[in-house]
Amino acid sequence: MSILNVPPEPPDPSLPAEGLISGTADVAATVQAPEEAAVAAGLLPATKPRSAFVRGLEVFLENKLAVAGGVVIVVMVLFCSLGPLFYHGNTTVVNFANELLPPGGGHPLGTDGSGNDVLARLMTSGQISLEVGIAAAILATVIGVLWGSVAGYFGGILDAVMMRVVDAVLSIPVLFLALVIVAIVIPTEPILILVIAMTSWLTTSRLVRGEALSLRVREYVQAMRVMGGGSARAVLRHIAPNAIGTIVVNLSFQVADAIGLVVALSYLGLGIRSPEEDWGAMLSNGITYVADGYWWLIVPAGVCIVIVITAFIWIGEGLRDAVEVRLQRR
Amino acid sequence: MVRRLFQAAAVLLLVTVITFALLRAIPGNVAAAVMGPNVYRDPAEIKLFDQTYGFNRPWYSQYLLWLGHLLQGNLGYSWNLNQSVAALLGQRILKTVVLVGISVVLAVIIAVPIGMLQAVRRNKFVDHFFNTFSTVFYAMPSFLLGLLLILVFAIKFPIFPAEAPQGATLGVIFSNFNAMILPIATLTLITLALFSRYMRSSVLDNLTEDYVRTAKAKGASEWRILIRHVLRNSLIPIVTLLGLSLPGILSGALITESVFNYPGMGLLFYQQAQRSDYPVLLGIVIVVALATVVGSLLADVAYAVLDPRVRYQKS
Repeated sequence: MSILNVPPEPPDPSLPAEGLISGTADVAATVQAPEEAAVAAGLLPATKPRSAFVRGLEVFLENKLAVAGGVVIVVMVLFCSLGPLFYHGNTTVVNFANELLPPGGGHPLGTDGSGNDVLARLMTSGQISLEVGIAAAILATVIGVLWGSVAGYFGGILDAVMMRVVDAVLSIPVLFLALVIVAIVIPTEPILILVIAMTSWLTTSRLVRGEALSLRVREYVQAMRVMGGGSARAVLRHIAPNAIGTIVVNLSFQVADAIGLVVALSYLGLGIRSPEEDWGAMLSNGITYVADGYWWLIVPAGVCIVIVITAFIWIGEGLRDAVEVRLQRR
Repeated sequence: MVRRLFQAAAVLLLVTVITFALLRAIPGNVAAAVMGPNVYRDPAEIKLFDQTYGFNRPWYSQYLLWLGHLLQGNLGYSWNLNQSVAALLGQRILKTVVLVGISVVLAVIIAVPIGMLQAVRRNKFVDHFFNTFSTVFYAMPSFLLGLLLILVFAIKFPIFPAEAPQGATLGVIFSNFNAMILPIATLTLITLALFSRYMRSSVLDNLTEDYVRTAKAKGASEWRILIRHVLRNSLIPIVTLLGLSLPGILSGALITESVFNYPGMGLLFYQQAQRSDYPVLLGIVIVVALATVVGSLLADVAYAVLDPRVRYQKS
């Protein structure tokens, strides 16, 4: 493990950064390598050749936690997107006659301090949390992949400069950076997505750069260059797609971290502005009441946040195992 | 190592560029912000202000001016609190250092045995139990964790106060340590969730190394192998982890401080973020980035000291 972070040295994709989980467990996965390497090297006969994708899928499906995570996400997305079509509750009108009703009757999860139905709000807030989290993670991944593969592919001075930029942004804690930006521009949903993406593409770019450093010297990239292919083609058609395993695994952890960041910003009162709210805002509004025993104002949103983030982490871990299998086939 | 120092300096310089870019991105006229909107009636006044403070110069000249001030320790002047940012930080920074320091030390002390236990009992019940535990604490918003602790240990069973010790001096922390328990517990749990996973994979890595087999072959007991060989080697990456996870821990500290109203740097940052007090925000960003860069530099040095292989490779 090359800890002294010298640029042209062999890459170390397991260097942890802000989203620590993505970095850490890479190390754990390498432990099983020997036996599977033996299969890949042809020492142990594989029964019949299957595509890397199918094998990866099998490994993923064997991981019960990962499958459970996938199911949770699907259910949550359906709950938040289709739920409002079947369950109609008051989510916008202030109605003090109905405030702080306990669960039961017409309101399965009770009502909040403005008389809004908690279950209905849980669905609409969930839409925002999931949308912002997933969109920000995807955008961050796109930026990170481009930045990292360009730096890794070209190497030299450009790589050194680009990676120092990553180090610099990374040395400012995400929450601090996001708070400064949000203090300058008032966050609407698209702006929030942009802000979170801008503060969380760094881990991805480091990982992808590591991959790119090893990919650029491969024969097929060299061959393509000899045939007259340009750098853009090398980066977009060869480097980035071949790092897809690392990218997808990291994306899953990115979503988890992004949702957590939205929640933290909302709690600090600098997330999406009322009347729109996400789960974090529900939570921080409910906290005012919770000491008086109105538990239903925070438990639903809190449980949703924990479940969704946990699910994305589990999916990421399952995907990583699956990708390890794919890597053996290279 | 010289090269590493140059890198750190370059990173710091880039941080100042980023911070300056943020400063420039702030909308509005500085003269109006300082002297009030009435100044728009008198363009000559604005011109004078800009000339005095250098706002009429091109941006690179402004940057150099600002950088010069920064190097002299002049972080700017708070718009709301009527104090220099350096003075504000002087009051607050030690409190954050104490909170973060105690929590990180506790987290390491707890994470190491848990991580080892998990690695040794890999895929057994204990492993799954602590794995779920650390995932849930990672997934749980840190302010929710803090509030749950308050609900249980300050309201339901009033053992500890819900608010952190108040007061400007550092002494209040120690004279009223009871009030520090909950903030420290919160930050420790957040940090613990990060560290125990890392410790687990670090130990797992080491368990497959040749020296473990050698020690086993020579008849060393399992405990001896774990404590004398594996533990020591597994701790080395933790040093790096400490350096790299500092930004994450500081983010956690910000939330913890705002939950418990702990008068540290994070709370100051949060309060001034709500009031758009940019000089304070950017001053803190620079200080925090400096801490991170120095932290990872120290971690690298410590790593080289602890692991002779790194040193020999270099020379």
